[in-house]
Amino acid sequence: MITILRDLLRYNGEFRIGFALIAVVAAMAALSFASPYPPNDVYVVAPDAPPSAAHWFGTTSRGQDVFWQLTIAIRNTLGFGLLVALLSRIISILVGLTAGYLGGWADRILMAINDTFIVLPLFPILILFYFVLRDSMSTVLLACIMASLGWAYDARLIRSVAMSLKQREFTDTAIFSGMKTREILLREHLPYVMPIVFSTTLNNMNWSIGLEVTLAVLGFMDINTPTIGGMIYWANQHTAIVAGVWWWIAFPILLVVMTFVGLYLLAVSMNAYIDPRSRLARMGGGRS
Amino acid sequence: MRSYLHYALRRFAQFVLVVFIGINLAYVITHATPIDPVEQSIAAVTSFGNTAPEAIAEMRRSLQELYGLNGGWLEQYSTFWSRVLRADFGPSLSAFPAPVSSLIARALPWTLGLLGFATIVSWLLGNLLGGLAGYYQQNRSLKLLGVLAMALHPVPYYIVALALMIVFGFIWPLLPITGGSAMNLEQGWNLPFIISVAKHSILPALSLILIGVGSWFLGMRSLVSNIVTEDHVVYAEIAGVDPRRILGSYVMRNALAPQVTGLAMSLGGIFNGAVITEKVFGYPGVGTLLVDAVYAGDYGLVLGVTTVSILGVSLGVLLIDLLYPLIDPRVQVTT
Repeated sequence: MITILRDLLRYNGEFRIGFALIAVVAAMAALSFASPYPPNDVYVVAPDAPPSAAHWFGTTSRGQDVFWQLTIAIRNTLGFGLLVALLSRIISILVGLTAGYLGGWADRILMAINDTFIVLPLFPILILFYFVLRDSMSTVLLACIMASLGWAYDARLIRSVAMSLKQREFTDTAIFSGMKTREILLREHLPYVMPIVFSTTLNNMNWSIGLEVTLAVLGFMDINTPTIGGMIYWANQHTAIVAGVWWWIAFPILLVVMTFVGLYLLAVSMNAYIDPRSRLARMGGGRS
Repeated sequence: MRSYLHYALRRFAQFVLVVFIGINLAYVITHATPIDPVEQSIAAVTSFGNTAPEAIAEMRRSLQELYGLNGGWLEQYSTFWSRVLRADFGPSLSAFPAPVSSLIARALPWTLGLLGFATIVSWLLGNLLGGLAGYYQQNRSLKLLGVLAMALHPVPYYIVALALMIVFGFIWPLLPITGGSAMNLEQGWNLPFIISVAKHSILPALSLILIGVGSWFLGMRSLVSNIVTEDHVVYAEIAGVDPRRILGSYVMRNALAPQVTGLAMSLGGIFNGAVITEKVFGYPGVGTLLVDAVYAGDYGLVLGVTTVSILGVSLGVLLIDLLYPLIDPRVQVTT
């Protein structure tokens, strides 16, 4: 694990940048535990103060310190993305491995459902959810809903790997030694798909955080839990741009863009690492 | 030809399945959740003051009728489907008494125009530039473009739209930032109106294109940089085939097939982006309609737009799927 990390840091520029960006974002999130202000209180500091030594990123029109508000917001946003990613991983691993291993009719049925979820426009469906649930929509509930909608694309990737694993000799060995299908999938095949699972986790986090920001900005989720989208929502409610309180909107956007680009670069460089040809090319071997 | 028919039938079956699951999802969301939309609406109305109990009972009855909550489970389900199939979502509550279907019909051309234009432009531009970047890997400006694409592609539509709006609306007020056209013009095929529509669509289209180009660019570049190492390309190079011809007919043509499939697969995501972009710029399409309908608590309109978007996106995917064999003739042989 540590050697992989060292190799990636040494040979892969994209990984270095992504790693640095995510390190900054993670540090911000960790700082939230040291926040001097309770996250949900408003009017704890003078409102509308521009960035200064006392308030690094200025203060909001609701009397919150932007810097400390941002630390808790990014923590919640990252946590949300992680929760969606973990939950949807369970479904996509299950569907992908089963469809790839069983093949035949089971594969066809599972993939027909799978393709449906790839094609469906999820945003209107999520809005419909909010429309019905209204105030009962909590962050955790939204995470569960999004996880059950956003697994399909990765399930297809996992299936393609599982199909090739099925042809390998050790699968036959496992079958002949009397392993049950469930055991073969979990003990023999799962370790091989884990690298893809990791990189799709990062992409899935990007997807879910992007949707969360969008929904929160429109006010279509629990806006009282501080998140990045929630911050932009309140800034819009107070017409921060027109009022000249630019720091209220600029810093959340800056931080969340860092998150997106960072996660994306990590995913891309992990994909490149999984593919041995491109890994060799980077290390200076092979055809460059 | 027979194999194409077989292929087309299978794609059509998938289309039917998508619509079926999508509409059922909409049904489950609106009917099987523990929250009663009728009581919610009544609570929202009555919270403003005293209302007579008879009026509440009356309201409850008409709301139940509107939401299709009369009768048993089976009756509700068939009411729902018959409404969807007849495209009859009743009158809109927020724009009473205009029927929901006419509101959607008015908004649909705007969305189709914006979405269609932005998708086609970004797909063509991204694939062309990505193909070039994959083929001429040492070119500096193409490399720079790659870095830009990497930085822009993962950012969600909302952020890009907001950034463009701040830059071109507040810092450097150059372009109109809201609406689909100037209000004082007569809508129709006259020159000032068309120019106004074009001007108003620049920023929304640009924010869709900026993100779209990035994803097609990156996809095409990696596809092409894999294909150029393949034997048939090396052979063509050694045989002295014109490099432009190699790029066009030997490399890009092969890489195009997965990109067409990719377009079909990401159409839903692009539509999601269009919804939010429209709302940011106040563009009079279905996205703005949907978001405003939620704010106004307009049940029929929300359900109508959701259904129409499921139908529209899956129709678009079906269309791309049916055209796919033109680009990849192998489909006709293997399936």
